Amino acid sequence: MWEYTDKVKEHFLNPRNAGEVENANAIGEVGSMTCGDALKLTLQVDDKGIIEDAKFQTFGCASAIASASALTEMLKGKSLEEAEKITNQEIAGYLGGLPKEKMHCSVLGRQALEAALSNYRGEPQKEQEGEIVCECFGVTDVEIEKAIRENNLSSVEEVTNYTKAGGGCENCHDTIRELISKVREEESPVTRPKLSNIQKIRMIEETIDREIRPSLQQDGGDIELIDVIGNRVLVATRGACAVCKSSELTLTHLVEAKLRELVWPELVVEEVKE
Amino acid sequence: MKTIYMDNNATTKVAPEVLEAMQPFLTDRYGNPSSAYTFGGKVARDIREAREQVASILGASPEEIIFTSCGSESDNTAIMSALSTGKDKMHIVTSRVEHPAIKVLCNELAKQGYRITEIPVDKEGHLDMDQYKENLTSDTAIVSLMWANNETGVIFPVEEAALMARDRGILFHTDAVQAVGKIPIDLQNSAIDMLSISGHKLHAPKGVGVLYVRKGTKFSPFLIGGHQERGRRGGTENTASIIALGKACELAAKRMEEENTRVKALRDRLEKDLLNRIPNSRVNGGGAERLLNTTNISFEYIEGEAILLLMDEFGICASSGSACTSGSLQPSHVLRAMGVPFTMAHGSVRFSLSVYNTEEEVDFVLDKVPPIIEKLRGLSPFWKPESQVCASET
Repeated sequence: MWEYTDKVKEHFLNPRNAGEVENANAIGEVGSMTCGDALKLTLQVDDKGIIEDAKFQTFGCASAIASASALTEMLKGKSLEEAEKITNQEIAGYLGGLPKEKMHCSVLGRQALEAALSNYRGEPQKEQEGEIVCECFGVTDVEIEKAIRENNLSSVEEVTNYTKAGGGCENCHDTIRELISKVREEESPVTRPKLSNIQKIRMIEETIDREIRPSLQQDGGDIELIDVIGNRVLVATRGACAVCKSSELTLTHLVEAKLRELVWPELVVEEVKE
Repeated sequence: MKTIYMDNNATTKVAPEVLEAMQPFLTDRYGNPSSAYTFGGKVARDIREAREQVASILGASPEEIIFTSCGSESDNTAIMSALSTGKDKMHIVTSRVEHPAIKVLCNELAKQGYRITEIPVDKEGHLDMDQYKENLTSDTAIVSLMWANNETGVIFPVEEAALMARDRGILFHTDAVQAVGKIPIDLQNSAIDMLSISGHKLHAPKGVGVLYVRKGTKFSPFLIGGHQERGRRGGTENTASIIALGKACELAAKRMEEENTRVKALRDRLEKDLLNRIPNSRVNGGGAERLLNTTNISFEYIEGEAILLLMDEFGICASSGSACTSGSLQPSHVLRAMGVPFTMAHGSVRFSLSVYNTEEEVDFVLDKVPPIIEKLRGLSPFWKPESQVCASET
């Protein structure tokens, strides 16, 4: 049995605003019986753009009914601009939270709201955007990416909880995984701009001169940059360092650590024996 | 609030007689049946008696009875034993409507390279016997078909199917968890090689089951350990529960007559009156031979979890094949295999009765359920009063 909050139970047992608004001027219908839940939202918006009345009809489980009931309560008295900003998390939050497997009920609420608002503006019925990814529940890549972005989702399971995509035959799990990495990549700006080889060599030289050589010279040693091949930094040690037993430690702990920190995280320092 | 328990295919109440029989083994008589002294040895004698009681309801002999921890363990043991004794045979035949203990195990085995054939059912839940026959091959290690379906109560012709398997030298297992105590079983005169029982479906406690293995059947243990169950299932005996299951089998045999008359009459009245009072409703598997205690009714245009939670407000316990109840997003695999349309599958409710249900309880349910359906349909965007179809017209 699902663990519902008291607020969910209360809205399920005593749904507010069930039915249809007469002479509604904003109507949003989403979902289908095949998918297991559906929501029809009817609104009456006055001349000043304030939502005077809101009602719902739902086919679905307890949390779908409670989410729709909550949404209508949230909408009443709001301006269209305010209504537009209501997110699915806010619907779930109004109810004190939903079980994670039931988050798609709040998403359904948000989708019905979007549909009703565009219906009010007289926008033509939106054609389905994007490509169907989940055949079982008819969910498109656009919808999945949106859910990933807005709810910061990172696994197939979470995507299923929010959109239902992937909850049937599971054939689309690989595609969903790709969509997750795609959105992740868009979001995290590349940590470091790629360095050209010339830039890399120049930065290594500068770092050695400024950060490394002075401390080696204090101990009577020195270091010389021989070459840079990809991420391999070839160096030779001079003076005290050349005969010092701990020069290997110096190279990894001091030289390599500094270069990784200041130039490029994947650099490997190798000593060239002459 | 009084609990109206109509979910006996999920689990059952421990019968007072059963509780009484098992109690001493939880208190004073805690000896290990394997011990050398009288205090333990006497318990071994009681287990022997329980084994006889179980054998008796199955028409089997006591040495063919292996006590396990549950129906799922029995099912797993049967399949895995057949595969390990079946040399290089790589094929398993089962049905689309099996319990997860078989279905999910077979999915796992498919990943390991075994070939699984799931025989389909028709819209009433009948097994496709032609396809069944065609799929029995020389590579088939075992057939596993449930005797009676837990969701719809539909009964498979397992004895006939077992004969076909025997003719081809294939082992036959049946999950009879829902059948024992409701359908007369006589294994002596059947071709069934292995059969699973679960204690808590017939008024014994949870945590005990049985696997029947026909004498002479090659067997490889699943749980390896001590010499218990003659080396066929390791682990110290769950003495109290084994005694309980023995007693429960004895009771079930005595009550089979009552089940088949009084309980069946209760079920029939509940089913008929719900259909009469609620338009756009129908029985899933209603056209097939069914368990006498089970009815699976779909109420069109609404969703099952909402129905269950509203019934729960009145203390009525039942279950549903809707997606939302199961935690998956698709309705029950049994109803889908039968091709029940989605409009119906999401709104399915299973009532399963027992000898402890009364006429008053049926009256109570008949009184409470129709307004619940009406309330939810009032919320549903798909329900139009003009779309009403009376049960008699469908």
